[in-house]
Formats: sequence, structure tokens, C-alpha cells
Amino acid sequence: MTTTTDLESRNAAPRQDSQDPSIFGQTPWQTVGPYFHYGLPWKGGADLVSRSDMGARPDLMPPEHFLLSESNLSGTPQGEVIEIAGSVLDADGQPINDAMIEIWQANDAGRYASLDDTREDVPLDEHFIGFGRGSTDKGGVFRFRTVRPGRVPGPGNTLQAPHIALSVFGRGLLKRLATRLYFADGEGNETDPILNLVPESRRHTLIAQRKPDGTWWLDINIAGENETAFFDL
Amino acid sequence: MSGLILPYTSPDAGQPSSLHPDYRSTVLRSPRQAPLVIPQTLTEVTGPSDWARLMGPAMQDLTTQHKGAPQGQRIVVTGRVLDEDGRPVPNTVVEIWQANAAGRYIHAKDDWPAPLDPNFTGVGRVITDAEGRYRYVTIRPGAYPWGNHKNAWRPAHIHLSLLGPAFATRLVTQMYFPDDPLIEIDPIANAVPMPYRQRMVSRFDIGTTVPNWALGYVFDIVLKGRDQTPFEDDHDDDH
Repeated sequence: MTTTTDLESRNAAPRQDSQDPSIFGQTPWQTVGPYFHYGLPWKGGADLVSRSDMGARPDLMPPEHFLLSESNLSGTPQGEVIEIAGSVLDADGQPINDAMIEIWQANDAGRYASLDDTREDVPLDEHFIGFGRGSTDKGGVFRFRTVRPGRVPGPGNTLQAPHIALSVFGRGLLKRLATRLYFADGEGNETDPILNLVPESRRHTLIAQRKPDGTWWLDINIAGENETAFFDL
Repeated sequence: MSGLILPYTSPDAGQPSSLHPDYRSTVLRSPRQAPLVIPQTLTEVTGPSDWARLMGPAMQDLTTQHKGAPQGQRIVVTGRVLDEDGRPVPNTVVEIWQANAAGRYIHAKDDWPAPLDPNFTGVGRVITDAEGRYRYVTIRPGAYPWGNHKNAWRPAHIHLSLLGPAFATRLVTQMYFPDDPLIEIDPIANAVPMPYRQRMVSRFDIGTTVPNWALGYVFDIVLKGRDQTPFEDDHDDDH
């Protein structure tokens, strides 16, 4: 009787995992799913200026499990306090009430509170970190209180117009969608090196308009007629 | 100024597309147009480093947040956060959230008939040390059904969120467990092609277990690296 396999040299198929050098590389993105609200947004995560619960959704968890910490603001940052807001909309134009938005921006003087912004001639603001996170509300609207950012340098000798970097997360979003918010009256919008790379017909998807109540409003259209210009990051 | 900008790498072949129709929610929630390629500026290569002021102190033990011990198998999860060149990413925050041992989330919208555990919220956060190491204690989450298709079940997983050093290095992922047959039939895990999917699978490690107390898993997390790295010896990590 003959065997069909060489039992002595038969090995189990290799099981690859995160620790396997042969597949070492970027850990893949996965969605935040629908249940991030008790885990990710901290209290006041969407309020970069003052103490509040902006950004959290305590309606989505029992109070004894609302363990999220509060941001440790030390004082009021310099600059013009603004609110930015908008609807997050799907391909059918329906509001997404389980999305999460993050923002990253420079301070009033145009300096990032980051180890990698080493420009000592531009002042840091000890009361401003410039990073925020908030959930969309029941109506699919996000809202942040922050200060209007100063201008920061761009490629070459260019100067960028005031802008806020923005990431969109949610159920059904396998990876974050990165975009930017500019201001309709922003100094240097016409010459902004990034805005000018966006096809003219889509540029308006990045430009927030001022509402009568003062809010800077920018809808984020994941898809559809006015699909927001997202960046490859 | 722009001379100081060292951009981060692009997404590699293991990153999922936004649209993966097997995961049905992606159909209405994915852009139709290709993302625009832009040069990275100071905005993209910077990021917050003052995480404790942002979101509060670390919470590295998810099993001691309430009066009693949570139900389920206690586990230790540890590993390193590295960049693509194998260098440690120190002082970066890893945020954690997960279902309980029965596969239920402490979330108003999770209402499938599995028990809640009053002693388990399922949220934590840790910070990497100088060598990029992190460690937390939790219980092994259960699998759970979801409405994606008939008899759909998510494999057991822990959600992880990392900021890394820059806006460009942001990562949200899910850690899976070895030998879970549900991974192979899960549309979310399968949005990542093989062999890259296996990068999301942790390894059981007897050395990480705590005798008479907890099982142990190792999971290294790899963030984007710099596109133009200064020349250095390319020494491999120990695992």
C-alpha cells in the first residue's frame, strides 16, 4: 500500500499573522462601525475653546458607562472664536447620523501644536491644541467650536489660505475620508496651492459659507452630485 | 519651510477600497470619484502630541472600571506600534473599544438578545512607551450577528484607533483573533485582500500570558512611514 503524501515532511499550512515578517507592512484600515460613541469621542472633543460636552453622544449609552474623559483645557485660546458645522450626507443625500468627524488645524497665528512644526518664529498658544473630534447628531450634523486658523506655508514659497483638515469616519466607511474646510472669505483662497489642484467645478465642496447666525457651514457629501473632494492620504 | 516637509507614504496594496459591495453599507457611503492626489504640506505631516490633555489619562485595564469583575476570558494584549521601516512610534495613543464576552456592545443601538455586563464598558486607551510598546488588559470579546446578509456574524474583534505622529498617519483598524473561522466569511475583514488581511490577526503568545490569571495575545500595529527616509541600517525587528 502506498501513501499519497509524504507524512514525514508534511507541514501544516503556514498561519500568517501580524507578527509575521513576511507580510510586514501598513496595518489595514477597518471601519469604526456603528458603536464607537462610548469609545472615541471624549467630553468636549468638539469644543476646542471652552468646556462643554460638545461632540459626545451620551444619549447612546447608560450614564454609568459614560466613562469618556474630559479634555483638559487650560484656558481660552487666542483668536476669533468660530463654529463650523455641516451635514454628512450619503450618496442618496440622506443624513448620516452615525458618522464621526475629526479636525486638525493651526492656531490663530498659523502654528501647529505639533513636534513636527518647528518654526520658532511663529508663536504656539498654550491653550490651543488644534485637534477635535465629534459625532454627528441625530440629524446627521457635526459641529465644532474652535478658533479661525492662521495661514501656514505650502509647497515652495507659497502660503496656504486658512483651512481646517477634516476626516470623516463611520459605519460603511472602511477607511477615513480626508478633506479640508476653507472659508468663503479666506485670504488667499484664489492662490491656495491645494485648492488650486481641485478641479474648479468641485472647489466649492471645500468652501464653508457663513450662515446668518455666524456658523461656518459645509456639507460633506460622501457621494452624489456634489461629492466632496477627498484627498489621497 | 517646505524643505522640512518629509511626506508620508501612500496607502499600500493592503488597504481596502472605500467601496466593497459585500459590506452593504459601503454602497451609499463611498465616493464615486477617485481621491485627489495632493502634495503633503505642513498640515498633513503634523499632528497632536498632547494626547493626555486632549482626551484624559490612560485607562489600560478594562476589567477594573466597575464594582465587580466582568464575565469572560481575561486577556492581556500587547505589542508595538511601528512605522513601515520598523521603527518604534513612541508616545502615541492607542484607543480601544469592544463588545463584551457575549458579543454585546454597551450602546443603545445594539439590542440583540445577548446579555449586557454591568461590570464591563469595553473602552480603554493606552500610550506607547519609548520603544513603541503598549499593553492593556481586557476580556476576550464575543462574536455577534449583524444585518449585512442572512446569518451574518462578525468575528470577535477589538476596535483600535491610532493618531500616530501626523494627520497623514491616522489609523482605525480591528484586531482579530487567531483561528477564528468567522474571519474568512466576514465582509469587513474581506475588504482587505490576502495576504494583507492576516496583518489584522493577533498571535497567541504563551510568554504574554499571566499564569493563573490571563491569556495573552501579541499584536504589532504598523503606521505609514516617511516617503523619503534617511539612509539607516535596516535592522529587522525581533518578530
